[in-house]
Formats: sequence, structure tokens, C-alpha cells
Amino acid sequence: MLEAYPQNRLARIVLWSFAALVMAFLMLPTLVVVPLSFSASNLLEFPPHAYSLRWYENFFGSATWMAALRTSLTLGTLTALIAVPFALLSCISMNRLGGKTAATIQSVLLTPSITPGILLAIGLFFVLAAQRLVGTLFGVLVGHVVLAVPVACIVLLPALARFDWNQVQAARSLGANWARAIGGIIVPQLQISLLSATLMAFLTSLDESVISIFLASGRNSTMPKLMFLSLRDQIDPTIAAISTLWTVIVVVVVLIVALRQKS
Amino acid sequence: MKSLPITIDSVSRAYGSYVALDDVSLDIQAGEFLTLLGPSGSGKTTLLMALAGFVRPDSGKLLLGDRDITRLAPNKRDIGIVFQNYALFPYMNVLANVAYPLALRKTPRAEARQRALAALARVKLDGLAERNVAALSGGQRQRVALARAIVFEPRVMLMDEPLSALDKNLRETMQYEIRRLHDDLAITTIYVTHDQREALIMSDRIAVMNSGRIQQIDTPQRIYDRPSTRFVAEFMGEANIVAPGSVRRIDGAEASRETLMIRAESFHLDAKLVGEDGVALEGILRAKAFRGENWLLTLALDGGQEVLVCIPAALASGCAKLAAGQRMTAYAPAAKVHAIPGAMA
Amino acid sequence: MTVTPDPALVADARRERRFFLSLSLPALFIVGLAAILPILWIIRQSFLTTGGEYTVGNYAKVLSSGLTWSALVTTLELSLGTLAICILLGTPLALALASARPRVANVLMAFVMLPLWTAILVRTYGWLVLLRRDGLINAALTGSGLTAEPLPLVYNFTGTLIGMVHYMLPLFLLPVYAAMRDIDPNLIRAAASMGATLGQVIRTVIMPLSAGGIFSGSIIVLIYSIGFFITPAVLGGGKVNPLSTRIERTLSTFQDWGSASVLGILLLVLMALIGVMLLAARRLLAQNTVEASAHA
Repeated sequence: MLEAYPQNRLARIVLWSFAALVMAFLMLPTLVVVPLSFSASNLLEFPPHAYSLRWYENFFGSATWMAALRTSLTLGTLTALIAVPFALLSCISMNRLGGKTAATIQSVLLTPSITPGILLAIGLFFVLAAQRLVGTLFGVLVGHVVLAVPVACIVLLPALARFDWNQVQAARSLGANWARAIGGIIVPQLQISLLSATLMAFLTSLDESVISIFLASGRNSTMPKLMFLSLRDQIDPTIAAISTLWTVIVVVVVLIVALRQKS
Repeated sequence: MKSLPITIDSVSRAYGSYVALDDVSLDIQAGEFLTLLGPSGSGKTTLLMALAGFVRPDSGKLLLGDRDITRLAPNKRDIGIVFQNYALFPYMNVLANVAYPLALRKTPRAEARQRALAALARVKLDGLAERNVAALSGGQRQRVALARAIVFEPRVMLMDEPLSALDKNLRETMQYEIRRLHDDLAITTIYVTHDQREALIMSDRIAVMNSGRIQQIDTPQRIYDRPSTRFVAEFMGEANIVAPGSVRRIDGAEASRETLMIRAESFHLDAKLVGEDGVALEGILRAKAFRGENWLLTLALDGGQEVLVCIPAALASGCAKLAAGQRMTAYAPAAKVHAIPGAMA
Repeated sequence: MTVTPDPALVADARRERRFFLSLSLPALFIVGLAAILPILWIIRQSFLTTGGEYTVGNYAKVLSSGLTWSALVTTLELSLGTLAICILLGTPLALALASARPRVANVLMAFVMLPLWTAILVRTYGWLVLLRRDGLINAALTGSGLTAEPLPLVYNFTGTLIGMVHYMLPLFLLPVYAAMRDIDPNLIRAAASMGATLGQVIRTVIMPLSAGGIFSGSIIVLIYSIGFFITPAVLGGGKVNPLSTRIERTLSTFQDWGSASVLGILLLVLMALIGVMLLAARRLLAQNTVEASAHA
């Protein structure tokens, strides 16, 4: 973009040094936990004097953490399984209706994700309290689904826009009803986008913290809730091990999505 | 398989203030090959999509045989459609694409396979059944789309500019083959194109459309030689619309008082080739251009109007010597002079 | 031309629209259940005593409390501070990335987006490790002799701000980078050919054309900052209390549902106010652009 100014070397150096610093700022907290997780010591020394896997053993050996892991994975899976079909249907609806109606639907679907989590959390808490459902996973699940639907839509809407609607018309003219046209023509061709949407919805649930902190309790605690509690109490390198594992999983998932999207 | 006639009865469709179809009525006979011809935005594709069931008319009726299909869902109409971009299913192979409508109709697998293969053979694609759709050339995809549209023996076939994506040579081959397929199956076909040559070559009848209306519907020859409106005359080729006063009869009889249409290629430079009842136009040569098979001369009539004159190269020995600014006369035989009622030049 | 539409066909058209509309129902139902109903419930709760009777006492109590107003101030300080730093850090970074070759830019963007994909609690933990009294940054500072005493970097406003900027910066960067990438390079070449210096090009070509992206990014930052909870709760160490943590404390520690609801409504009102201001600002921005181009 700035190749019209090859002579401004100094400006370029200043700009890129600044950019490098900002990028370091962005990556530092994610990367710093990795060596700590392999430390043999209780202290947060950097670089660690000795290395071990004791914090990983600690994590996998803890019934509490394992229960939270199971809860989070179950919640993420259920969220994705509900949110993605809902999102697909809405996207087809928006794609076909177009204009103001589609824009309205889209902004309604987006509203929960710009509403502060704390409001959704206490509101859901009140609603659940009135139904005597506090402590069950139901509230967390609907909360996660409502946040995952727009995320899935972000992936699916452009994919549908690229989709050649003539194929649906062709299928219809050849005798297919709507259910067959959606299930037999649209779904197989959106496979990659549907997979991406599923993974993103899963990650959205996995990472969601505020609703979990307020609504998930006891043996229904999620990973973010337990991490939040332990960060408030004391800093234990077990969290570093969990963070490292988590980041690795996320990076792998994002890479899968990115590579699949490209091919 | 018995093909059916189609009746389009006062169909209208507006998008906001834009009128796509303006009270269109049209009868298509069973087994006929009818072309909807017009520029883009003339309503021809909208009319086709209304027949297919993808565009809902605001008013009017569509009949297939005696059956009213105006409100019938597209998947219940049994109409074969070839889309402009073919709309093949990319994740199915050729055979699966062609067998798809049969699978929807719960045809037994073996029979479906056999019928699909027969349809592929009909469009000369034997041996490509297992091929991936992505591996096909444009012409082959066109044939797969044709096979898929005929395999379930629809009573009517609709084609939306099916050849527009192909190069010129392939297009000419396919024009011939689509017409042959129509003749073999004797299936009522409505074909949409904006290419007037294609329409002339392929059709039993042509309906010329403009601004959502049918301007004229007739055989290709009559559409070309006897256009009923100025729009049709000009859309079908190099037409000169000449005001009554600019023309005189060669035999001195009184000339017509109507606006006349004379095609550029109807002219001769030699009065003897035209006959006594022909007409003569006099003017000054403005420009000339050699176009290979013919010469194109631009003649400015005394009234100031410009007329295009096209002389076949074989008869144009004198053309090379003509110079701009020179006064000259062009002649046209009476049979090629067509009055357009009501059209002012 | 006037056509009288066939009522049966009009009904069919409506039915088809309803069919497509109905495909959105499941998702809209979830929004109703998990977002709209809870918000309405907060409004209801704000008018109820602990015994369940109707009252406006909650409002009186919350609005007369000094804690509420200091929470409001903290909320604004944190949000606007975060926004200011995001603009200062993010705009030059976006410019650098947009000026890089596409391949390089894509790789760098992936790194920039890494925090966006890292779980919020993982990042918060990372900052704790870095910023604590015995954390890495203080160890480096005192170890190298730059400071004698460890600096108070966390469990205060500074730490909260650092954490929030870290969360918001990638969100801010995305629209700004997209806007800068979309600039036609020929515009810059044209400006250069007419004698503009690099600084002039940035000021007169790049900035006006990225203004829309910076504006979108700012909206995103403000919307997410105002109700942000995790970072103040952990990195603030109880000393930094915007509305969000005040709501949590009122609810969890004091079990005062009514007051927590009033604070929630305050947060909603604040968001609405900022929304209105942003809309007005966008209208003004659009007008200025039109006028500027009319003068040009």
C-alpha cells in the first residue's frame, strides 16, 4: 500500500517497530503460560529452574477439574448441536426474505451478543430462580445457544450467499420438496461451513464465562467458572497447565477451520 | 410421453414500480418449439420462471393442458428446466445428477440407472456416467443438464439462455442438437434467448418481448420480413425505418404513404435487379466499410436521414470505387419493402 | 399500468413469506427465552422488595448511594480509557499490516488474532502472571535495576485497563484493518504523483478512508467495554468496581436482587445513551463526508 514511498525508510522502521511491540503485547500473556505449565516449582518463576509434568498430572488427577471438563465439553457439544441447525434455518430464512426483514432478524439475533454478559446472567438467574431451576445446566445451555447462534450465522450467511440458489430451484423443478431441497442440496454443499460453524459454536460455549459463573454451580461448574474461582483465591500453576492445553486445542481447531475454509 | 400445450393468460408481475410482465397472453401448442426473444430486462426470463413456479405472478393464469398450474408448487409441475448456469449438483457425479429426479420419484434403482443411462446416451454422453461434474467441459455440462431435464419425461421443457456460456462453434452445434432432441421427443419447449440468430435458427415460432410485453409472435420468417413494430424490426437485424417522403417508385407510380422498413441487405445498386415495382432511395454516400462477405454503405437521404445499405461482396464490384460525398441511388424490390403501421420514422 | 393482483396469488405469496419467516422462529425463540425474557425480568425485579411487593425503594436506594456514582465513573473511565488506547495502538498496527504484502499480512493477522481465540480466563491468568508484584515484569524491572521497588501493576486500575485493552484491541483492529485493506492503491499512487508526502497521504487519503473502520471499531470497543466483567473482577482485585462488578457484589454478597436489578437497568440506560450518541455521531460523520466531497 505504501510502496509509492520507498524512500521513507525511517518512517517504515518506526511504524514496524511500533507494530512489533503491539503484537508482542497481544501475544505475550498467551505465550507466557506455556513454560510455566512445565515448571517443577510451586512458585511462578520464569524461566523455571526445573521442568516437570506435575501440574498436568494435578489437573488430570483432580476429580473437580475433570468434572468441570466433562461439563464444559458436554455443554459445548449440546450448544453446537442446537445452535448450528437453528442458525442454518435462520440464515436460509434471511437469505430468501432479504431486505428489511432479513436485516431485522439479523439484528434481533445479534442483540444478545452485544448485551453485557452480566445482564444476561442475572436476568437468567432471576428467571431460573422463579422456575426453581438454578444450579441446573438448562439456563447455561440456553444462554450459550443464544450467544452461539450469531457466531454460527457469521460463518453460514456468506456461505449461503455464495451458494448457487439455481441448484435448489433445479431440485425443486425436478420434484424435490423443501425438506429434501434443504437436506439434500444445501446441507451437503455447506459441509465445510457447517463444520466451521459447529466448531465456532463449540468454542463460544467453551469460552463463555459470565453466564457460567452465575448459573453453573456445584458439580455443574464449568471450566471457566472453576478457573475464575481459583484465580480469585490463589494462583496455582495447574491453571497454567490448563491454559496451555486449552490454547493448544483452540489453535488446532482454528487451524482446522482456516485450512478447511481455504481448500 | 404426450406433450401438452401451454396457455399463458393475462399474466402480470411487478416489482415495486418496475413492471416485469405486463398482461402477457400466449398460447403454445403441444410439441411446439417457441422462443422468447428480447433484450435483457424485457421480461422473458421472468415469464419462464413464472411457468417454472419460481416467480409468482400478481395476476393471470398459467395452464398446462387444461390444468391450472398458477398456484402449483414447482416440485409438482413436472416441467424440465435447463438453467443458464446448468445448476448441476457439484457433489454428485453425472449419473447421480441425471438420476436425481427419478430417485425423488422413488423409481427402483435398477430402472432409474437404466433410464439415466438412456438419457445420457440421447445427449451423446455415453461413458461419462461416473465422471465428476467438475471434470466436465462446458458443453458436456450442458448435455448433462439436458439429460437431467428430460429423464423424468416431463410434458414441457423450459430453457433459460442455455447456450450463452458456450463459445460460438459449440453454440452452433448445440443449437442443432437441442432442436433435434426436441424433434425426437416432440416435447413442448419454451426457449429463452437474447440472440436473434439463435431464435431464427431454432424456433417454430418466436415471441419478441420488450418492457414486459409481447411485441409480436410469429414464424421466424414473418418476424424477420414483416415486423409489426419498429422495435421488432430493429431488434431482428439491420433495419432502416424510412419516412414516406424519402422513397420513390421506380416505375413512377405513387409511393406508399406509410412508414417503411427496408433491411440493409435488401438493397441493390443496380435497378435491373429490383423490378419495375421496386423503390429507389437517393442520397449522398457518407461512409463505406468492407466487412468481408459484404460492403456496408451509409447513405444520407435528401431529408437528412441516414440509411444503411448492405451489398454482398459478389455483387459489389463497383463499391471499391465509390467515394464519400458522391451522389448515388439504392434500389429495393417491392417484396422487401414492408410498411409498419403507426410507426413514425 | 395498474394490475389488480389476484387475491389467491397474493395469499400464496404471503404463505411463502411466512414459510421462510418460520425458519427463523427457533433462533428467535431462543433469543426471546435467553435474552428478552431475562431483561424484562430484571426490569420487573427492580420494582420488587425482597418480600415480592411492589416498590420504587430500590431506585431510591441505589441512586442515592455514592457507590453507584463512583461505579458509573469507573465504568466510563475504563471504557473511554480502553477506547483511547485501542485507537492509539491499533491504528498504526492496522496501517503496518495493511501495507504489508498479503501473504505476510495474513500470517501476522493470524498471530494478532491469537488472543481473540484464547479463552478470556487464560489471558487473564497470563496477565496476572506477568503483572503481579512477584510477576515477570516486576522481576525484570527490579532485576535489571530499572526500578528499586516492584511497581503496583495489577489489582488496580492500571492492571484492569491493560487487561481490557488486550481483550478489545483485536476486535478494534479487524474493521480498521479491513477498511485500510480496501483502499485502492491507485489512490495513494495518484496522491504521490501529485506530490503528496507520506505524512500528507496518511492524513488526506488513508485516514479519511479508514474513518468508517475506526468508527466501527470504536463502537465495538465501547459496547463490549461498558458491561465487561471478568477483567475488572480478577485484575481489579476488588479495588476497581465498575457497574458490572458492583452488580455481582450486590447480588452475591448482599443478596439484594432489587438493587442489583436497578444497577443492571442503569447499565442498559448507559448503553442506550451511548448507542444514541454513536448514531448521531455517525450521521454527522456521513454529513461531513458528503459536504467535503461536495466542496471538492
